[in-house]
Amino acid sequence: MEVDSAASAAAASRPRTVLQMLVRNSSVWFGGVVLAVMLLTALLAPFMGTIDPSNIDPIYRNKVPGTERMLRLEDGSEVPIKHWMGTDMLGRDVYSRVIYGSQISLVVGLAVAVLSIVVGLVIGLVSGYIRWLDGIVMRIMDGLMAIPAILLAIALMSLFNAGLGTVIFAIFIPEIPRVVRLVRSIVLSIREEPYVESAVSVGTPLPLILIRHVLPNTIAPLIVQGTYICAFAILVEAILSFLGVGIPPEIPTWGNIMAEGRILFQIFPHNLLFPGIFLAITILAVNILGDGLRDTLDPRMAKRLG
Amino acid sequence: MLYFLIRRILATIPVLGMVALFVFFMLRLTPGDPAAILAGENGEPHQIEGIREALGLNKPILTQLTIWLGNILQGDLGESFFFNKKVTELIAMRVEATLSLAIVTLIITLAVAIPLGVLAAYKHGSWIDRLVMGFSVLGFSVPVFVLGYFLIFILSVQLKWFPVQGYKELADGFWTFLHHLILPSLTLSVIYIALIARMTRASVIEVLNEDYIRTAYAKGLSNKVVLMRHALRNAAVPIVTITGIGIALLIGGVVVTESVFNIPGLGRLTVDAVLGRDYPTIQALILVFSLVYVFINLLIDLSYTLLDPRIRY
Amino acid sequence: MQPVLKIDNLSVQLPKGADRQHAVENVRLEVLPREILCIVGESGSGKSVTGLSVMGLLPKGQLKPVSGKILLQDENLLEASEERLRDLRCTGMSMIFQEPMTALNPVMRCGDQIDEVLSTHTKLEQKERTQRIIRIMEEVRLPEPERLINAYPHQLSGGQRQRIMIAMALVLEPVLLIADEPTTALDVTTQSSILQLIRDIQHDHQTGVLFITHDFGVVAEIADRVAVMQWGKVVEFGEARQILSDPQHDYTRMLIGAVPSMKPGHREREESSQVVLNTEKLSKTYSERSLFRTTRTVYAAQQVDIELRRGETLGIVGESGSGKTTVARCIVRLIDPTSGEVFLDGNEIGQLRTGQLRPYRKRIQIIFQDPYRSLNPRRIVGDSIIEGATNYGISREDALKRAHSLMELVQLDPNSLDRFPHQFSGGQRQRICIARALTMEPEVLIADEAVSALDVSVQAQVLKLLDDVRRRFNLALLFITHDLRVAAQICDTVAVMSQSKVVEYGLTHDVFSNPRHEYTRSLLDAAPGKDWEFDLSLNTHG
Repeated sequence: MEVDSAASAAAASRPRTVLQMLVRNSSVWFGGVVLAVMLLTALLAPFMGTIDPSNIDPIYRNKVPGTERMLRLEDGSEVPIKHWMGTDMLGRDVYSRVIYGSQISLVVGLAVAVLSIVVGLVIGLVSGYIRWLDGIVMRIMDGLMAIPAILLAIALMSLFNAGLGTVIFAIFIPEIPRVVRLVRSIVLSIREEPYVESAVSVGTPLPLILIRHVLPNTIAPLIVQGTYICAFAILVEAILSFLGVGIPPEIPTWGNIMAEGRILFQIFPHNLLFPGIFLAITILAVNILGDGLRDTLDPRMAKRLG
Repeated sequence: MLYFLIRRILATIPVLGMVALFVFFMLRLTPGDPAAILAGENGEPHQIEGIREALGLNKPILTQLTIWLGNILQGDLGESFFFNKKVTELIAMRVEATLSLAIVTLIITLAVAIPLGVLAAYKHGSWIDRLVMGFSVLGFSVPVFVLGYFLIFILSVQLKWFPVQGYKELADGFWTFLHHLILPSLTLSVIYIALIARMTRASVIEVLNEDYIRTAYAKGLSNKVVLMRHALRNAAVPIVTITGIGIALLIGGVVVTESVFNIPGLGRLTVDAVLGRDYPTIQALILVFSLVYVFINLLIDLSYTLLDPRIRY
Repeated sequence: MQPVLKIDNLSVQLPKGADRQHAVENVRLEVLPREILCIVGESGSGKSVTGLSVMGLLPKGQLKPVSGKILLQDENLLEASEERLRDLRCTGMSMIFQEPMTALNPVMRCGDQIDEVLSTHTKLEQKERTQRIIRIMEEVRLPEPERLINAYPHQLSGGQRQRIMIAMALVLEPVLLIADEPTTALDVTTQSSILQLIRDIQHDHQTGVLFITHDFGVVAEIADRVAVMQWGKVVEFGEARQILSDPQHDYTRMLIGAVPSMKPGHREREESSQVVLNTEKLSKTYSERSLFRTTRTVYAAQQVDIELRRGETLGIVGESGSGKTTVARCIVRLIDPTSGEVFLDGNEIGQLRTGQLRPYRKRIQIIFQDPYRSLNPRRIVGDSIIEGATNYGISREDALKRAHSLMELVQLDPNSLDRFPHQFSGGQRQRICIARALTMEPEVLIADEAVSALDVSVQAQVLKLLDDVRRRFNLALLFITHDLRVAAQICDTVAVMSQSKVVEYGLTHDVFSNPRHEYTRSLLDAAPGKDWEFDLSLNTHG
């Protein structure tokens, strides 16, 4: 059927560069801006009107949001503060804890995304082009895939002393097979493309073919996938903390704040509510950013997954 | 067909073998003395020795592996440190709650997700489509425990429609049982609905662009007939596939949901085992959950032959 | 006689920002009962849009009829309600499409798909419907209708599926059948029998047929009248004989002039020219291994012996699946031959390992069918052209100089070397691919269906370019094609392949004028429009 001219119509109205397309996409805008605000919050946590998030004050336990009081500083002077989000069971300021908690979430999200993309890309490229290795690698990946990701992360945590590094490791391992499969499927389809076969027939060596012709095709899908992994990693980190098997409880993370808050949540729901809202909005922003990136960078996948 | 069945079942063996190897080596290849790790930071020397003895960690690694694999094949998953019980007994005691939760969740999910997805695909580009997609992204982003507490607070604490937490066995009467299960299942199903509605929509949209859909319209069929008889039927394979893959998500969700709703199931057992560094129980649970996951996906693979006549093995 | 279909002044609007305002503009044509009207045109001419407008199946939101009338037996379809259009489909007008492979629902039995038409539009009982289905299946000459009624589409061949489509379209005896390139995706022998079927069945049922095609061979075969379309407009409309022999419009003249003749041209041939490449008993088999069962073996090419001489063109012709592409890919070593030898200047290269193969790679180059996938879309064409040369140690500057002069040779602007592939048309891309192959200064050039995806006018130019290049560089050209007309024009010798074997091999002239193998004969016999000579120079118009 010739709707060639219709297709060229769509092409004509399409902006020229990827950058322009990204700017036009409202999902990218929304996700990007919210995420940027979160990043700034995390970076500037000490200047956001926060106090020491681990400052315990037994007198001011379980105060509702909006409670005002005087805080004694280290030099002995007193300043008036307002607990915007109330205090927890130990009298710590929930607002400060939530703001500082964003640091852990974002670090874990970014670290897991970058690590799993890099490791998965290398394994996927190599196994997509070297036949004998492919069989072995894919069997291992099948095995890893058969263990539900959250379960594997929880189990891995039982082996280590809880800490930021081990949490990142435990979340990143289950993500590897997903990236490997994605990269491998791209490699397998691209290597059948006539332009790759042309490169073979003009004598281009294998490493150059991988770098020149195959690798560029993986970048867009990997950026998209990386965004989704980032969102999932933030979620899993919160789950691990919430279940008490993640980052140690003395460090403020959204999951930890909620884990402590859940004991009295029927009376003081604010300890659950505020970190929960921050967590949900952050993950939502990253997911929406991912959808926007997918629509602009990877139209083929967009068509498949809507 | 029988030949295919056998071949397909055999194909799961390497996968499960790989899982078993992971589980086995996960502990042994961890840097440091595994027995000391399991004993925890305050482990006494005699405790560490006891653990080493119990897990056979003082034997050569290959011997350990053979013994362990041999035991698994005989259905012996070892003995829990923490509960002082056979792990198999422990699992048997807890399985009902988890299974009930999973089944009710699955029913809610399919009943909601597929109609939503088809509707969104049919109204592609309309506000209904955008609403469904928006819900899907939201459902994917709100963590199970955040949603769980939110629902408990509104529906149980404030409105008192449902019990706050807890689980009642089926033996306590079906309605009591269901009454306790609805809220956790609803919570757990949200992410799963988001996933499947999205996939349903995408596959139906893709199918609607196929040549045979144009043929169907050229025959003079109405929109409804084309959608139900031609589009949905052809979109079934990816929908069923994602349902199977989503089981992994469901299993992860079970662990969290059971903690939120205080349900004594396998998910809670997992958390307790990890907190108590009860390694035999953790190992067994990973094996059991993976087995379930692989088995469900096996069933789904087999269902392809019914859904699509082109797939023959 | 009153026409069954009358299209009057139809214009269909394209979305904003397209290369033109209308997909079809002021189109007028009519189809009489019992006549076959062919709409001919190249891609983008608006011929399919015309057909879809009649059926009311234009993609919603993209294409919209903005003026004119479409009268099906006096009823204006553009004013009909959606419901009325549904009622008319398959009862008053039917349509069959190009791709029989994808046009049938893969998860529904063939009989049920025909039955759907009957149960939607009639009140017949199940039993009567089944009888009717069997009768129409017999009429479209499907073997064993009782069995095929329960078959799924994937169990049928392409030709059989198209017959199911025809059965579906004609079971309720509509007055109009729209056939949109119904034989383009089929092999030539299947095409011939489907054309015959359409001709017979429309004659028996007095159906008017609107037949959309790009192939003048098909036109010569079946058309009563012809409408030639260019850029959305009908530029010429009249009796088929008249237009084919004495076209009035320049565009029609160009199109007909570009159709390669079935008669091999006279080609000079030096007996003594040296053999550059030959294969001995070249075979490729694929075997499926499974756990318990014995292996299933597919023979892709068997015992192929061919010989390529310097300065000569050898054609391998055959239908899809005959193994012709497999032979090409084995020679270029994109795949490894299972057995047999490939000699390049006497050196065996068929079994060499990747490392040893390197010095030989540059001497054999290949051009592929799909111009849209043959160039890396992310690299400027200059980089694609010089990639090979720089692989063999030539400096970038020297390689670019070479690319520059080659661009001139393939008649493209050398200053466009820094553009991306999407800025070129299909024909231009194919020229770039030729330039890329030539930078390697090869001795053997393989063209694997290199002109099959191009419109006929562009095809003629690229063919001419390939022939010029062969002469100029004294290349051995291996030309793989399914198109006998193209083969007749460009090849010195041809090898006819069928079911993975070479069944006939000889001088082009001999094979075409005096085919010895039965398969070759059936192939030549099936070529559409074979009896029609498209050589306009025979006519008086200069």
